[in-house]
Amino acid sequence: MPIQHLCTIVDKTPLGADTYWMQLECGDMVEQTFQAPGQFIHIACPPHFLRRPISVATCQSDTPDDGVSIVFQVRGEGTRWLAERSEGETLDVLGLLGNGFAMDPVGRYLLAGGGIGVPPLYGCAQYAGGRAVAVLGFRSQAQVIMPQLFADACENVFLCTDDGSLGFHGFVHQKVEEILCKDRDFTAVLACGPKLMLRGVAEVAAKYGLPCQVSMEERMACGVGACLGCAIPMADGTMKHVCKDGPVFDASEVDWNG
Amino acid sequence: MAKADLSVTLAGVRLKNPIVPVSGTFGFGEEYGQFFDIERLGAFCAKGLTLRPRVGNPPPRIAETPMGMLNSVGLQNPGVDAFLEREWPRLQGLDLPVIANISGDTPAEYAAMCEKLSGAGVDMIEVNVSCPNVKAGGLAYGTKPELAAEVTKEAKDHAGGTPVMVKLSPNVTDITEIAKAVEGAGADAVSLINTLRGMRIDLNTRRPILKRNTGGMSGPAVLPVALRMVWEVHNAVKLPILGMGGVTNAETAVEMLLAGATAVGMGSALFADPMAAVKTVDGLADWCAAHGTTPKELTGGVLPWA
Ligand SMILES: Cc1cc2nc3c(=O)[nH]c(=O)nc-3n(C[C@H](O)[C@H](O)[C@H](O)COP(=O)(O)OP(=O)(O)OC[C@H]3O[C@@H](n4cnc5c(N)ncnc54)[C@H](O)[C@@H]3O)c2cc1C
Ligand SMILES: Cc1cc2nc3c(=O)[nH]c(=O)nc-3n(C[C@H](O)[C@H](O)[C@H](O)COP(=O)(O)O)c2cc1C
Ligand code: FES
Repeated sequence: MPIQHLCTIVDKTPLGADTYWMQLECGDMVEQTFQAPGQFIHIACPPHFLRRPISVATCQSDTPDDGVSIVFQVRGEGTRWLAERSEGETLDVLGLLGNGFAMDPVGRYLLAGGGIGVPPLYGCAQYAGGRAVAVLGFRSQAQVIMPQLFADACENVFLCTDDGSLGFHGFVHQKVEEILCKDRDFTAVLACGPKLMLRGVAEVAAKYGLPCQVSMEERMACGVGACLGCAIPMADGTMKHVCKDGPVFDASEVDWNG
Repeated sequence: MAKADLSVTLAGVRLKNPIVPVSGTFGFGEEYGQFFDIERLGAFCAKGLTLRPRVGNPPPRIAETPMGMLNSVGLQNPGVDAFLEREWPRLQGLDLPVIANISGDTPAEYAAMCEKLSGAGVDMIEVNVSCPNVKAGGLAYGTKPELAAEVTKEAKDHAGGTPVMVKLSPNVTDITEIAKAVEGAGADAVSLINTLRGMRIDLNTRRPILKRNTGGMSGPAVLPVALRMVWEVHNAVKLPILGMGGVTNAETAVEMLLAGATAVGMGSALFADPMAAVKTVDGLADWCAAHGTTPKELTGGVLPWA
């Protein structure tokens, strides 16, 4: 059951030119609604009419207030408004929404993230208790975020850049394949990032016989399954809804041509 | 301060207050039931149904607009039979009138749905002749008086004693012509406005944001258009009106009542604030008590300049 809460911003830290880490005090939202890493919150950005969906990077239940951390990139008016908020201000938040990554607490995971899709995988790495290998892709060195956090939370981290300015020169799915060639001992591949990257990772995972879950994006209105606005097509010809059925889906369910 | 009597009667159905979440914004009542007790509302209009299931339009289906939004959901729904089988048993037990909303491609489809829904005992049937997001049928019926009348008559003939409310499109030159036509054909009420056709374009890609290029606009930005149309229809016909379009709070709900609405629909406002409808019920109670009035008394109470 989602909760609406006025959350206080307790920390805002820039992670680069246009990307921010923000920590919120959320009452008992985590305690009441946490299911798995990969859920999201829906943030009102007045005067803009619709809320903005942002994934939870990491969260913890705590007293007196639970904590939810998000990482977001300024893309347009709403995220710019969010970036202009200061510590101590409050945000009207719905959360935690959706279903996250289905994870076995004793499993071992291969995490594949691209760009602003990287942050929610941090929660996965923590949940896996360090039994995770992360492949994190960015356009170039200047865009790299959270490398140390992942290094601390994972067995191993591989950074990739499209332009070769840091780490592996190439795409995330290529690095994922390189790893799976040598080591297939993973419970599943968990991926978040641009759709093209997700598709590439899903294909590689399928080739090596590993289950793969992907976190999808679509424009939202309600965020809770009432408006049917955030539909994405499934391989079986039906529609599912990113806010309620996702945002995390089994890669084999998704219609990648849709 | 004495408590105001908020109850109203819409097409013979008693609502404990005039606030009604509108079709397509409230699912089948389950989702927002997580945030508040939906029995506190006056009634609700369920997601638009068609005779057979529909998958709806491809994404993106949502675009933001200044103080509003566009949608092109395209009547995605499980079909009337699945609604009756899976949703109606839960809804039937509520202390809350449920208004089923239907769209068809032919008058015969409207007739078939009316038979099924009235047979099951829904409280009211809202005949949508105005969805801008489907290619066939829908919009055409809502933009031609003769066709709107034909569909209304067909619905009435097959709805038994269940009240029939016809949902009007704002995408017409003169909405009163359509209102008069459906009144003549036996409608028990009208609801308006459905969404206004609109468009947004992504500057980087030069593509429309919606995959279907255009969609239906709703939210606070459409309030003045909705008020004007409700006022025109109130002056043109005797039918009770479920007035909607851009209502967000008690003040805008009172405006809608004054323009001529008997009950007030709220949709997009819930996307911004899930509690908007119940806050409006409470705010309306306070407003009426403070002004020594009731929703019934407010209906059509605007004092136009001569
Ligand atoms: C489940 C989910 C999780 C997300 N997690 C994150 C995250 O952790 N960090 C992050 O930086 N971004 C995330 N996004 C993307 C983020 O929601 C968009 O960047 C943001 O909504 C853009 O808003 P804006 O006002 O800045 O842009 P504008 O272009 O001004 O927004 C206009 C409208 O389009 C919508 N919109 C635009 N782009 C997107 C998009 N990519 N996805 C969904 N709606 C969009 C906006 O919500 C708004 O309604 C996530 C999206 C989804 C669906
Ligand atoms: C996402 C969405 C879906 C809708 N679906 C339907 C529908 O299925 N049937 C219908 O008659 N109207 C539908 N409508 C129109 C609304 O019922 C209402 O007429 C309109 O949104 C204006 O009210 P508002 O400004 O309060 O949202 C839909 C509106 C939205 C925003
Ligand atoms: S955003 Fe309304 S159903 Fe997903």
